[in-house]
Amino acid sequence: MTIALTRPRTVRLRSLRLARPGVVLAAMFLILALIAAAWPGLFAGDPLRADPLHVLEAPSGTHWFGTDQLGRDVFARVVHGARHSLSISVSATLIAVGSGILLGLLAGLSHKLADEALSRSFDALSAFPLVLLALLFIAIAGTGTTSLIVAIGLSLVPHFARVVRAQTFVVRRAAYVTHAVAFGAPRSRLVLRHVLPNVLGPIPVLAVIGLGEAILLAAGLSFLGMGPQPPSPEWGAMISEGRGYLHIAWWASVLPGLVVTATIISLTVAGRFFQRRFEGRELP
Amino acid sequence: MITAILRRAGAGVLVLWAAATAAYLALLAAPGSTVDAIIGDGADTPGIRAQITSEWHLDRPAVVQYLDFLWRAAHGDLGRSYLLQRPVSDVIGSQLLPTVKLAAAAAVFGVLLALVLALVARRLTSTFGLVLVSTPPFLIGIVLLSVFSFRLGWFPVSGDRGFAALVLPAITMGLPIAGTLAQVLRDGLDRALDEPFAVTARARGLRESAVLTRHALKHALLPAVTMLGWSFGVLIGGTVIIEQVFGRPGLGQVTVQAVNASDLPVVLAVVILAAAVFVVINTVTDLAYLLIDPRLRRS
Amino acid sequence: MITLEDLRVTFHLPRRTVEAVRGVSFTIEPGERVAIVGESGSGKSVTARSLVGLAGPGARVDATTLEIDGRDARRFAPRDWRHLRGGFAGLILQDALVSLDPLRTVGAEIAEVLRIHSSKTRFERTKEALRLLEEVHVPEPERRAGQYPHQLSGGLRQRALIASALAGGPKLLIADEPTTALDATVQAQILKLLAERRETLLLISHDLAVVSTLADRVLVMKDGRLVESGATRKLLSGADHPYTRQLIAAASGRRRGTTSEPGPVVIEATGLRKVYGDRAVVRDVGVTIRRGEIVGLVGESGSGKTTVAQLLFGLVEPTSGQVRFEGQRFSGVPERARRPLRRRLQFIAQDPLSAFDPRWTVRRIVAEALPRGEPVAPVLERVGLGEEVLDRYPRQLSGGQRQRVAIARAIAPRPSLIICDEPVSALDVSVQAQVLDLLAEIRERDGTALLFISHDLGVVRDLADRVLVMHDGQVVEGGTSKSVFEQPQHEYTRQLLAAVPTLEVSA
Repeated sequence: MTIALTRPRTVRLRSLRLARPGVVLAAMFLILALIAAAWPGLFAGDPLRADPLHVLEAPSGTHWFGTDQLGRDVFARVVHGARHSLSISVSATLIAVGSGILLGLLAGLSHKLADEALSRSFDALSAFPLVLLALLFIAIAGTGTTSLIVAIGLSLVPHFARVVRAQTFVVRRAAYVTHAVAFGAPRSRLVLRHVLPNVLGPIPVLAVIGLGEAILLAAGLSFLGMGPQPPSPEWGAMISEGRGYLHIAWWASVLPGLVVTATIISLTVAGRFFQRRFEGRELP
Repeated sequence: MITAILRRAGAGVLVLWAAATAAYLALLAAPGSTVDAIIGDGADTPGIRAQITSEWHLDRPAVVQYLDFLWRAAHGDLGRSYLLQRPVSDVIGSQLLPTVKLAAAAAVFGVLLALVLALVARRLTSTFGLVLVSTPPFLIGIVLLSVFSFRLGWFPVSGDRGFAALVLPAITMGLPIAGTLAQVLRDGLDRALDEPFAVTARARGLRESAVLTRHALKHALLPAVTMLGWSFGVLIGGTVIIEQVFGRPGLGQVTVQAVNASDLPVVLAVVILAAAVFVVINTVTDLAYLLIDPRLRRS
Repeated sequence: MITLEDLRVTFHLPRRTVEAVRGVSFTIEPGERVAIVGESGSGKSVTARSLVGLAGPGARVDATTLEIDGRDARRFAPRDWRHLRGGFAGLILQDALVSLDPLRTVGAEIAEVLRIHSSKTRFERTKEALRLLEEVHVPEPERRAGQYPHQLSGGLRQRALIASALAGGPKLLIADEPTTALDATVQAQILKLLAERRETLLLISHDLAVVSTLADRVLVMKDGRLVESGATRKLLSGADHPYTRQLIAAASGRRRGTTSEPGPVVIEATGLRKVYGDRAVVRDVGVTIRRGEIVGLVGESGSGKTTVAQLLFGLVEPTSGQVRFEGQRFSGVPERARRPLRRRLQFIAQDPLSAFDPRWTVRRIVAEALPRGEPVAPVLERVGLGEEVLDRYPRQLSGGQRQRVAIARAIAPRPSLIICDEPVSALDVSVQAQVLDLLAEIRERDGTALLFISHDLGVVRDLADRVLVMHDGQVVEGGTSKSVFEQPQHEYTRQLLAAVPTLEVSA
């Protein structure tokens, strides 16, 4: 017989429940999205071919996601949009991660005053609304794809810089780093052999989660008309265009929106999965 | 306690100064001369140029201009909008109220929903939170619009007339806040419930629900309070997009217009205003910490 | 009062099932003081907590008999358990800093029990809380009741925790490692307080010496089973089970190694002083260690002994005074000047896990300390580790194995001095004994000098040739192990020695 006991430990169970099928689905979706970005023609036809006879048609066997106000196939546009949206977000994330690592290391390894000044500004900037930061850059540099990429990338820099600086700060003072002094190693070697690998280890995982953020931001800014201009099939722009026909054709903006959501969820799930695996490797 | 408040206030002034200076540098860094920006598509003659130069004090040395800018900014004068040819403070002042209304309604809705999720529907929280945080806010808005306004006709499609017009935008903006906040609260509760003091509390014969509300909740509030600053970011960022979706007047609309027209003084004023709100929120957060956790009160 | 037959507790965790308790039976009579002794993972805590229905999350508890206070607890509803907890049985956990809610005053914590188990008004509850604090000898109860756990000293906190366990007027007190987090002198006071109580006591501890001062009867647990039980005196004088004998041997201590002729001076520190802010953490400390010597440095937490270790190791610069290592200046010089000497001076920390790079395998960790190209396996063999650990990560090792790797890394560069900061405090007693043997053997074979820092006087007595006693940043007494332990001169040393619970074993 069993005696009534306290609540089950929900923390671990919950994450595991999410893990198994969720991670597989997320991985499959991400692979599909990557293939779509690489060879969009593999999945769908011309995203720009207008068909005035079939305007705003509901999803069907021929048009999986329906057609838009010009009779273009929404599914084809979503597939081709993957290339636009993903390349914008990936480039932006690369900018953010690269500069974030540099600035974060600089702050974490420099002396007290410089570190204080740098890390305070990372803190303040990373708490600042991303959209507003990005809009500020765009206001200065003007609209367009390049400016959008730079704007998103720069807005995300403080976030990465902050994480890297915090990690550097912790690792630098970790017992195993101070201990390495015992073997007469010069400072440069301590940094190269102990600090860098332990600081950079979690970066790929963070970059995956950060990519989700970049996609979200890119979609939001294109929605406001700051991104690639029509007729380019970019996800945020499509949602914005379809908005005018919401009362008669919800699919033209909702379905691309769901694809954006699915991409971001998949990235987060995958990122968290690797994070857990990573933590499991790092900690007892 | 008083020194703590003073220190915060000092740091706040510093942040504001940094924001204002960054704003000023941004003005200088913008491509094209300031005169070009002011003229925009208007008539362009040497006479007009000279007039603009003297009217905007562009003939003075940069340092004087900068100090003048700071002095005026400290008095609430953030310059004139290139686009609207009105003082920036007027432009922003007239659009402030609808945005504040929306943000307040969204914050209240978000916090309440988060509490309900974290305390009552604890199993749902994680998946729900993930979906909410990953969905672009404008998509939530669009879906709500197409269901409740277009299909069911319960709420107006756009505008800012009456409470009904506030409901959908506030929900749209509040949902991501609720999603994240609920997750943070939940993790905090779970962590607190695994602490030894929770075992001691149970060993006193306390009900599980009492352990949750009398002991664990206070511990879970600490990380949740940290999220206040983040929620503010979501709110400000949210207004920019949500006001577009629902066709509401407000600061978000003003910002988007200004960005599209490269009307820098307005954009910068919004940024400085956001920095000011950020400073206030952060100070409140720090004080809330002191209130909740006696361990931090040691000076 | 409590009858237990074939108690089994199984934890169903996400990926595995852990049998924490595998068939334990015992009874506790009213007024008895019973102790359960065992090392970490023996199931002793889980057994005790099962008696109040708090075995832990995900636990399944089975028993053929589980009688508590004359009632069959197997049929208890959550309500019955709640009634029992605090009312019939009070639970005292290890560290009051985390076992009392850090966000509430201790007065509120004590009064909470009264709110559940009595019909007193708020005013009466406050008064009763003060009376309880007085009962556990907390001075100025009015002031203390309004304070938070972090504002109280370790001893006062623990007293407040005991007061909260007593508030419901329990017949049974369950004390789970009640003194483990405390310094020796404070531990002695808390044990005295527990000895004053009339309630039936179930004491859980890893420390046989602590138990022997208090308990009438001892139950020894290992791997979820009861291996031996009996009256304390009888058990200590003639244990049947080899495991019990091992525990007794480890706790009663024995001299390790011999005092050899002291060689030349290895490290010499004079007039060391370290000031942080306006607080002098170390005041005028002098240490001289010769080749082949083991010097013990004892003191309670906050006495400054760890700072002395950092000063000697050259991690922290002294405010004044100087350190000379192997005849050369070791303090007040740039790190560059210390580097050639570095490998001759090694360090072993209390928590070896944090002292290893988490991304490195054991092979790489030890190889870093060896001259380039020298094989790792022979060094590991010397500390009793096989080749199978070579490619493991530190976190995949047990606590004892980790400390052995730390020792291997420390001896690899053939140092003349190893500074050991609480090297065995985190280990179970039987493992502790093995590590101490290993350290003694290293001194014997290599003539390496050791500075052995510990709060555990018993361990220092067994190992050190000379002892320095630190209190409040100063060395208050120093001399040979024998003289310090047998004829302590300083008042503080006498207090410290009196506070150490010892095993009276008739051989």
